[in-house]
Amino acid sequence: MDISSNYAVQMRNITKAFGNCMALNSVSIDVKKGTIHAMLGENGAGKTTLMNILYGLYHADSGDIYIKGEKVNMKNPMVAIQNGIGMVHQHFKLVENFTVAQNIMLGSEVTNKFGILNMRKFKDELQKIINLYGLKVDPNAKIENISVGMQQRVEILKTLYRGAELLILDEPTAVLTPQEIIELISIMHKLIENGKTIIIITHKLKEIKASSEYCTIIRRGKYIDSLEVKGIDEEMLAEKMVGRSVKLIADKTPAKKGKVIFNIENLNVQNQQSNCLLAIKNLSLQVRKGEILGIAGVDGNGQKELVEAITGLLRAQSGTIKINGKEIQNTKPKNVIKNKISTIHEDRQKRGLVLNLSVAENAILEKYNERPFSSHGILHYSEINKFTSDLIKEYDVRPKNCKGVPIRELSGGNQQKIIIGREIANEPDLLIAVQPTRGLDVGAIEYVHKTLIEERDKGKAILLISLELDEIMSLSDTIAVIYNGEIQGVYDQNEVDENTIGLLMAGGSKVGKSSKNS
Amino acid sequence: MLNDILPILGTMLMYSAPLIFGALGGVVSERSGVINIGIEGMMTFGAFMGAAVGYYSGNPWIGFLAGGVAGALLSALHAIASISFNADQTISGIALNLIGPGLSLFLCRVMFSDQTVTYPVQNKLPKVFGSIDITVVIALVLTAFIWFILYKTKWGLRIRAVGEHPAAADTLGVNVYAIRYVSVILSGLLSGFGGAAMTLAVVSQFSPAAISGQGFMALAAVIFGKWTPFGAYGACLLFAFAQALTVNLGGVNFVPSEILNMLPYVLTIVILVLFVGKSVAPKADGVPYEKGMR
Repeated sequence: MDISSNYAVQMRNITKAFGNCMALNSVSIDVKKGTIHAMLGENGAGKTTLMNILYGLYHADSGDIYIKGEKVNMKNPMVAIQNGIGMVHQHFKLVENFTVAQNIMLGSEVTNKFGILNMRKFKDELQKIINLYGLKVDPNAKIENISVGMQQRVEILKTLYRGAELLILDEPTAVLTPQEIIELISIMHKLIENGKTIIIITHKLKEIKASSEYCTIIRRGKYIDSLEVKGIDEEMLAEKMVGRSVKLIADKTPAKKGKVIFNIENLNVQNQQSNCLLAIKNLSLQVRKGEILGIAGVDGNGQKELVEAITGLLRAQSGTIKINGKEIQNTKPKNVIKNKISTIHEDRQKRGLVLNLSVAENAILEKYNERPFSSHGILHYSEINKFTSDLIKEYDVRPKNCKGVPIRELSGGNQQKIIIGREIANEPDLLIAVQPTRGLDVGAIEYVHKTLIEERDKGKAILLISLELDEIMSLSDTIAVIYNGEIQGVYDQNEVDENTIGLLMAGGSKVGKSSKNS
Repeated sequence: MLNDILPILGTMLMYSAPLIFGALGGVVSERSGVINIGIEGMMTFGAFMGAAVGYYSGNPWIGFLAGGVAGALLSALHAIASISFNADQTISGIALNLIGPGLSLFLCRVMFSDQTVTYPVQNKLPKVFGSIDITVVIALVLTAFIWFILYKTKWGLRIRAVGEHPAAADTLGVNVYAIRYVSVILSGLLSGFGGAAMTLAVVSQFSPAAISGQGFMALAAVIFGKWTPFGAYGACLLFAFAQALTVNLGGVNFVPSEILNMLPYVLTIVILVLFVGKSVAPKADGVPYEKGMR
């Protein structure tokens, strides 16, 4: 392809190494003006590195960048901003206790000649942009008080206010609810209508199909392919991304459900933000041996409180939680673990791991004070290392010789494998998996799903809580829907369709409970 | 009754000025994300330089400025260590607290015939409205000025942003390092003024005990005042009130003076215990900024 002014961006033969590790090896990408172009690749493939080079945050070791046909030396983000490039980072860069307006103006403040801020003039300008693109936000609201979806709009506004023509969105849907994703895609289309160009970094195939016209795929720092999204299916995209064929839908046999071993009755849990409200209202739920019970729901409908009440992190106001007939509510987390409940927590970096400890130390976090890992308060590293080596081997954690390195240095997928391995090694009767595939790439998701199904087939009860409706639909044998702290209904996997569940998740009526009736 | 209270209030104002300068320095530095535990050291050095230059020049205003510059010089060390070299800010601050008094005593012995106290200055800073030190007025004006800078100007917006989320500021083209350097050096300047206010207005010479814990009280005032200029100002008045009580009740027989002297310090600890957990520090306070760190 020639260098031409019809292209918003052309990056040619970009190579970048971090130390000995080749992050990008001669990667090229051509983004046509006025299109949505997807960058597809697994975690660690180099997508974000490539875009950080485009935005001037990193410097390429070799290769050229052309903006509308002109070669540009992207020294730093200021050069990128001057060239009309704006980037919305995966982890938002917003000052939490500033207002929306303050965050947007920071660095390009509207002032008089003495440097005194002119908020009114700025807000008028901002309102024009808000109206033009339909990006609804309240300029006076504080960031800490608005939803994640709204925070993302603030990030987009930040780039537009600086005159961005090309927007780079890094994993924009990773933190959004299904509704917010739909809204984001419509905002993206509106931006295109107004002549903007968008690069979206993602590993979610469905969203590429829904949003993008073109797609560039990279794998382990190498350019794989560039193609038109129309006329290619998700399986093919996945295969190009991972380099082998991948099962997007979990393969499983019908469940052999046994007796109920986990039973929640009339559970009430207080809302942590406000003392007079309940986060969990009179909730009852049963999980049987040999089944995966999936709880579907939009974020913030009590999932977090439910898990924390079960695991002993939050007080239950009333009601009982029983495992194997034994009540465990309002005891210590240690007692919960002892009673054979293991949990894969939602936020692996905050709840699941101590990031600065080694992989081996993380592997025994729950059992460090038991034999054979310690006796009389002294750790036995030979046993710990042996256990960790077995875990690494069994769960295919990479790199293979990682047991001494801080777990911070492992990729998200490999961190998750350590957690899953550790929890399964407890031989729990009930395994709670909260968002077990959050932030993982297709290959790792497939592995996690396979492991959960294997555990089910061994006769364990599995409680799966996920915001990804697809995950719930494909993995669960029984599906429960939570809304506003209440279970809206419980269905067998094959007696309900996605639309019904989606409706219940949004608090819709229970009329037409299952696909059979509706 | 009024005749009992007025002297106490007068003493309170007198003692409050050095604290307020120090606390304002703390506010500016910490709002930009650099913990400045070295206020005590900078105040001490400022106190010495203020008294020494005030004595040799005969002009207390030149002494006052010299005190500020001395504090700023010392804080530049802290800035280089903690901003450019990502040193632990607590350790670097403690180093200032050791350097400040050490350097002051050393220079004092060199300049004042091997004594540990300076000769008294001929002219102290003037008083206004009868018997109020002019430093009290300057402290109030500076408090308002710092408030205005922090909340009404673009530099203030940037200082606060850098202290909360430096990466956000950086991606928008704000120079995090420059903002922090300026804030820390300004903090040293203010703390130095605080020291000089002690030796040029409250007393008239420097001695090793001229600054004894005021820097730490100022630090406590920053926290108690929720990192805001006027909050810190109010907290300083409270601490100064405790000091004033100590001074004015000094002659009373029923409380041993040793116990009474503890009052400001005890009050500091009590307030910290009660309020430290409740006030929220700037998010990036004490965290060195490294580009590209996740």
